[in-house]
Amino acid sequence: MSSGTPSRLVRGWEVVIGLETHAQLSTVSKIFSGASTAFGAAPNTQACAVDLALPGTLPVMNRAAVERAIRFGLAIGATVAPLSIFARKNYFYPDLPKGYQISQYEIPVVQGGHVDILVDGVVKRVNLTRAHLEEDAGKSLHDDFAGPHGEKSSGIDLNRAGTPLLEIVSEPEMRSSTEAVAYARALHGLVVWLGICDGNMQEGSFRCDANVSVRRPGEPFGTRREIKNLNSFRFLQQAIDYEVNWQIDQIEDGLEIQQATVLFNPDTGETRAMRTKEDAHDYRYFPDPDLPPLVVAPQWVEQVKAAMPELPGAMAARFVTQDGLPEYDAQMMTQSLPTARYYEAARDAGGQAKLAANWVMGEISKRLNAAGVEIDAAPVGPVLLGALIRRVQDGTLSNNSARQVFDELWSTAGDRTASDSPDPAAATATVDALIESKGLKQMNDSAALEAIVDEVIAANEKSVAEYRSGKDKAFNALVGQVMKASKGKANPAQAGELLKRKLG
Amino acid sequence: MGVAQAARLLAQGQVSSVELTAAFLSRCRAHESLGAFLHLDADGAIEQARAADARRAQAAPAGLLGALNGVPIAHKDIFVTQDAPTTAGSRMLQGYRSPFDATVVARLKAAGAVSLGKLNCDEFAMGSANENSAYFPAKNPWDTTRVPGGSSGGSATAVAAGLVAGCTGTDTGGSIRQPASFTGITGIKPTYGVCSRYGMIAFASSLDQAGPMARSAEDCALMLSAMAGFDERDSTSAHRASVDYTAEMRRSREGATAAQPLRGLRIGLPQEFFPAALADDVNGAVRAALAELEKLGATLVEVSLPRTELSIPVYYIIAPAEASSNLSRFDGVKFGHRASNYADLLDMYKKTRAEGFGAEVKRRIMIGTYVLSHGYYDAYYLQAQKLRRMIADDFQQCFTQCDVIAGPVAPTVAWKLGSGSDDPVQAYLADIFTLPASLAGLPGMSVPAGFGENGMPVGLQLIGNYFGEGVLLHAAHALQQATDFHLQTPEALR
Repeated sequence: MSSGTPSRLVRGWEVVIGLETHAQLSTVSKIFSGASTAFGAAPNTQACAVDLALPGTLPVMNRAAVERAIRFGLAIGATVAPLSIFARKNYFYPDLPKGYQISQYEIPVVQGGHVDILVDGVVKRVNLTRAHLEEDAGKSLHDDFAGPHGEKSSGIDLNRAGTPLLEIVSEPEMRSSTEAVAYARALHGLVVWLGICDGNMQEGSFRCDANVSVRRPGEPFGTRREIKNLNSFRFLQQAIDYEVNWQIDQIEDGLEIQQATVLFNPDTGETRAMRTKEDAHDYRYFPDPDLPPLVVAPQWVEQVKAAMPELPGAMAARFVTQDGLPEYDAQMMTQSLPTARYYEAARDAGGQAKLAANWVMGEISKRLNAAGVEIDAAPVGPVLLGALIRRVQDGTLSNNSARQVFDELWSTAGDRTASDSPDPAAATATVDALIESKGLKQMNDSAALEAIVDEVIAANEKSVAEYRSGKDKAFNALVGQVMKASKGKANPAQAGELLKRKLG
Repeated sequence: MGVAQAARLLAQGQVSSVELTAAFLSRCRAHESLGAFLHLDADGAIEQARAADARRAQAAPAGLLGALNGVPIAHKDIFVTQDAPTTAGSRMLQGYRSPFDATVVARLKAAGAVSLGKLNCDEFAMGSANENSAYFPAKNPWDTTRVPGGSSGGSATAVAAGLVAGCTGTDTGGSIRQPASFTGITGIKPTYGVCSRYGMIAFASSLDQAGPMARSAEDCALMLSAMAGFDERDSTSAHRASVDYTAEMRRSREGATAAQPLRGLRIGLPQEFFPAALADDVNGAVRAALAELEKLGATLVEVSLPRTELSIPVYYIIAPAEASSNLSRFDGVKFGHRASNYADLLDMYKKTRAEGFGAEVKRRIMIGTYVLSHGYYDAYYLQAQKLRRMIADDFQQCFTQCDVIAGPVAPTVAWKLGSGSDDPVQAYLADIFTLPASLAGLPGMSVPAGFGENGMPVGLQLIGNYFGEGVLLHAAHALQQATDFHLQTPEALR
């Protein structure tokens, strides 16, 4: 694998980025209690005695959260620690009911590993430091909370308290905001692929802290500032870009960067220091005496491994060797599990891998982006697309006509009850009916085509003369005329051949 | 009247639970000045007793009744209870009501016991005289100018004064054994993990353990059988099948005879448990009890626990460290005391905790915060954890030479109320004989061994290997069959 893209300098400075990502694990209940993790319930309706830290309560490890951490560790080629330790991170805050957060400190459950990202067509490997299990805190409600007498007040919602998180820490190996976003996207795709996180960034299920510093190439790392809680890829990019320029400005003005935690304001596009190193907490970490060391037996790892879905890397490699896709296409087809599923179904229905990939990368993704729809909800399902591809393959449709049919299929999706019918015969019938009603069937009758070609040659003496004098452009014009005269139904390749033959 | 006797009388129908409960309640009222109870739930107790009598009337032939059906007990106020307020002896939790029962409370309830209320204790179980209760001190029934010990002082007082048949206590560094010794009753701190900690307000999580305090080993066995057992809500609870401790207590040893029930039992006496500084009266009573055990067939062997003295600094690093974190939840935000006037969040935290916690609790929070601080952790907490492991290893070394370890519980008999040293370090030194077993997580027991100066009780400490509660109860029971120290009651209360 390539050692990565060369650093792109910003105003002569090299950017160094490491990400800490919090992925909310998709367990039914919380990490140390039996309360539900469902999002959006009324405040404090999903916080049990343990979440409220009532006197006498104790945490009990949720094995489903551990199982998801193991899945992640296996997927990134990390070491799944046979024994890891839960520690208490002590600090006071109203939304932290126990006055400490249970996390993993010295010995995390996932150690090492890597994620491969694709930047400008080049694969770069980003190494991970660790991934550890921890509980989320509650939320402070400052605006939409009514006090005891109905007045505007601040309150605490502890529904989120105790939600399981996997904190994934990368090495500081990213050299641009583009790489950081590519890494975050790849990680996001992976945790959703693995089914360990729903990936919903608006609800905070996947959020990033970015550690950013700059240096002159070849120099030691500069002082970093940590941008907290970025919950969209766009904000991640904007925040890093702003921060990088801010840091360079500071240094070029002869000022030093102070280690600090900063917040990104999406309204202004700026980052601002929240606290500096001087007022950093002393978290007084120590092993939580309420939880014995987390033991992950080799058999458990084996069980998880056996139940793992095929991973994106392996699937991409399979698409290259088995389907003959170019590396780039294979990467694109494995950006997410729904994309891969769609591609495979369209490939099987259409019998042509490269065409299926082209459609997914082209029309499908363009329209999904425009409509803001996910691929698993595409109005044109993979089997229908496959039927269309078949009609291109067998010469019934020209590419142009195919696009027209596709348009029609896409816009009439609501009228069809079985738009995503897994039945290829039904899908073929739908496509054929549309070709018929639109009269888009490609002209395969050579006598009819010959007549059109003769007409075109007769009517375009100038172009014919130019072609004969060696102007290739003129030939294309003639093909265009044939297509026009046939109302797009002629097979352009066939028309070209016939023209060449007739023009000698 | 003890637990076993009460259970027998109830089973034989010689007395109803309502009668028994009413009798105990009237003693509680008569001796209110002892300060044993923080909350006496007379009405609730009578109601529970009625229910117990009804259960007995219905289920009498089937033998489906809990072993403690109708027996009046009470709980140290460190256990949360649904039916009565829980304060942990602190202003911080004044008026607090738990929405659930501690596992130990629920199990005793399920066994049919009647709870008379909540017993006084040192604030958050921190102390050894019950003088750190935020409400009032409990008094030693043998001499009401003396302390009953602590932190389970109210529990010890209640049993010694006959206000309850038996009760629950908790022991972090000696809080069951030392007050049992000071008041002439029997108490056992089981192996760490035997009793669930769920619903026990945490002091030092890696050390806290619940246990029964009652008249006799037989009483303790009966109660412990109901209290013990795996609890899925406590991750440190031991995964073991339930144990009938009464059967364990009675099981005769191989080669035992009627005259020598303890034949073959090797009792190890750590030389460090008999230092020159040990009070003569305590030494005398303990030696006499050991001679009695010898008569019953046991052999005494010299052993050594070389790090006994180190257990004091080790304990007073680990316990405060855990406490400083465990007590962070008392912040005025969700439950318990909140200062009435404050400027902002930080001010609210500061005032709430300054007002809600007493001096000893604050001291330990500060020590604990300090030893966990960045730059000190390795020198204090980590070092203490290493020594803790070595102390546990020393015990295992001893258990290659003996079955049970014996010695005094405390260096002196109960001291005068208010006479405690102003120097907390001096007070901590008095915990020297109970701390080692706590740090090792081993079961320890205090058995009445006689009386010392001014007629104050002296306890013999027995320490067993992990899950060796049965052997301790067996030895204690044998001693109690041959002696009557555990049956003595203070003259003023007869």
